[in-house]
Amino acid sequence: MTDSQTDTVVQLSGVSKVFEGRGQKAARVEALSGIDLSVRRGEFISLIGPSGCGKSTLLRIVGDLIGVSDGTVMVNGKLAREARLAREYGMVFQAPVLFDWRTVQRNVELPLEIIGRPKQEREARAREMLALVELGDFAGHHPWQLSGGMQQRAAIARALALDPAILLMDEPFGALDEMTRERMNLELLRIWERTATTVIFVTHSIPEAVFLSTRVVVMSARPGRITKIVPIDLPRHRDVETREMEHYFELITEVRESLRGSEGEAVDPRRVAAEGLSA
Amino acid sequence: MSTRRRLRPALGFLLIVAILLVGWEAAKLLAGDPWRFPDYGFYWDPPLRWKPVNDLNLPHLWTIFGAFWELDAKGETYLSSLIGAAFFTARESALGFALGTGVGLGLAIVLIHVKVLERGLVPLLVASQTVPIIAIAPVVVVGLRAGWFGVAIVATYLTFFPVTIAAIRGMRSADPRAFELMRSYAAGRRTVLRKLRLPASPPYLFTAFKIAATASVVGAIVGEFPAGIRDGLGGALLQAMQYYSFSPQDLWAAIAACAALGIVAFLLVVTAERIALRGYRPTEDGARA
Repeated sequence: MTDSQTDTVVQLSGVSKVFEGRGQKAARVEALSGIDLSVRRGEFISLIGPSGCGKSTLLRIVGDLIGVSDGTVMVNGKLAREARLAREYGMVFQAPVLFDWRTVQRNVELPLEIIGRPKQEREARAREMLALVELGDFAGHHPWQLSGGMQQRAAIARALALDPAILLMDEPFGALDEMTRERMNLELLRIWERTATTVIFVTHSIPEAVFLSTRVVVMSARPGRITKIVPIDLPRHRDVETREMEHYFELITEVRESLRGSEGEAVDPRRVAAEGLSA
Repeated sequence: MSTRRRLRPALGFLLIVAILLVGWEAAKLLAGDPWRFPDYGFYWDPPLRWKPVNDLNLPHLWTIFGAFWELDAKGETYLSSLIGAAFFTARESALGFALGTGVGLGLAIVLIHVKVLERGLVPLLVASQTVPIIAIAPVVVVGLRAGWFGVAIVATYLTFFPVTIAAIRGMRSADPRAFELMRSYAAGRRTVLRKLRLPASPPYLFTAFKIAATASVVGAIVGEFPAGIRDGLGGALLQAMQYYSFSPQDLWAAIAACAALGIVAFLLVVTAERIALRGYRPTEDGARA
């Protein structure tokens, strides 16, 4: 292993987050408590857990979209805020959040415009990113003229435009149908292999987490904690056949059992079973 | 888009105007004054009597239409003097619209960034709009020495408010995650304004522009009253009001000219909207257009 693969991109130590309720009736919610996690360069980390376990909150804390109540968040050796100001993040949300009034090409150019890159460079970089997500033919379309999966691919292209140190993805395929979702998983892996970027990925789906990740972080609710980290020792290159490997199913079972074992909101066993079957 | 689909709204408009005109004469036929047209040998006594539709209140359409062709002392037709007046008033209301849009947008940008001001100022703005324009007009017009510029300021007064309200709404309309996205790019307030808030607002702004366009015409007409300006539609209305008791058709003709100017202003905004919103997600309304 070379140095670049071993160094730490994200270091969370003793992170907690409390949402203070406003007014008399509003309750104080302890969203996250005692989170320690370190992510190495090039890793693909999935955060999984029941609703309300704070996985999206944790992702937003890493991206400095919200602050911590306690603890420290270091990204690339800097505080999260400094990393954000240095534009080290690429964000992808559950919705594509593309700007209607811009073409797909100009949407991908947006971050480059914000940091003031010259027009020619912007256009070239956006074309390159669109080619990467296989949307080259749709550069001139407006987002609302594309399907949901294509829109999400454009959002990924935009997130990659600044060549971020870390890609933060908040249930990016949660709104897509199962078939599109599986195809997007494959494409995301292909992009990840080619760009060698570090990814933190929030998901509800156990098979998706296992299929994509190098490690799956299992969380429990109220307060949100990390209950277990499951290393995914599948071959690094994954494809359709990975989904039929026995070890893949064993890992799904392992994640499922750690989820069931986690305190807090119970996971509906029927849903987990269905997801396991569809995988 | 086919020509036929583009013409359909215009045909609908003409149809409704035709229905209204026919209704106008039908009411007179049923309950108006007796019809006496010796030239055509036509005499008719309506079976009912209803005062509001007598010849003084609702002159016959052809009488109103005929008023357009009457000559004044200078030998000019009433129609051409009304057209001249409409251009004069259009200039006032166009300036009022432009200033009102600028003031309205500027105000909205300030209010959106300074929360304290929003809480303190918006009630005052609302209050400003409840004061009848007729009460404000003399203050403005006399204060600015009764020029057409003063009249434009009255139009501005009527124009800015809907623009402010719509702009505030529009600049807050984007997905909260779009603001998170901008934050993740460490974009400053000005960049967020330029790249997200302002471009997100036109679908809301144009609704306000439609209201503002007609309001600016009203403001310009009303502003001409205290200014004593005779060159515009306001002046034409005042003059026609004075002669109403023996020549009501002049007032109706002047009213028609005001209405036409209002419609033109509105249509200009609709056309601009169609061009400006081309790149935006079509709405039910836009899909039809």
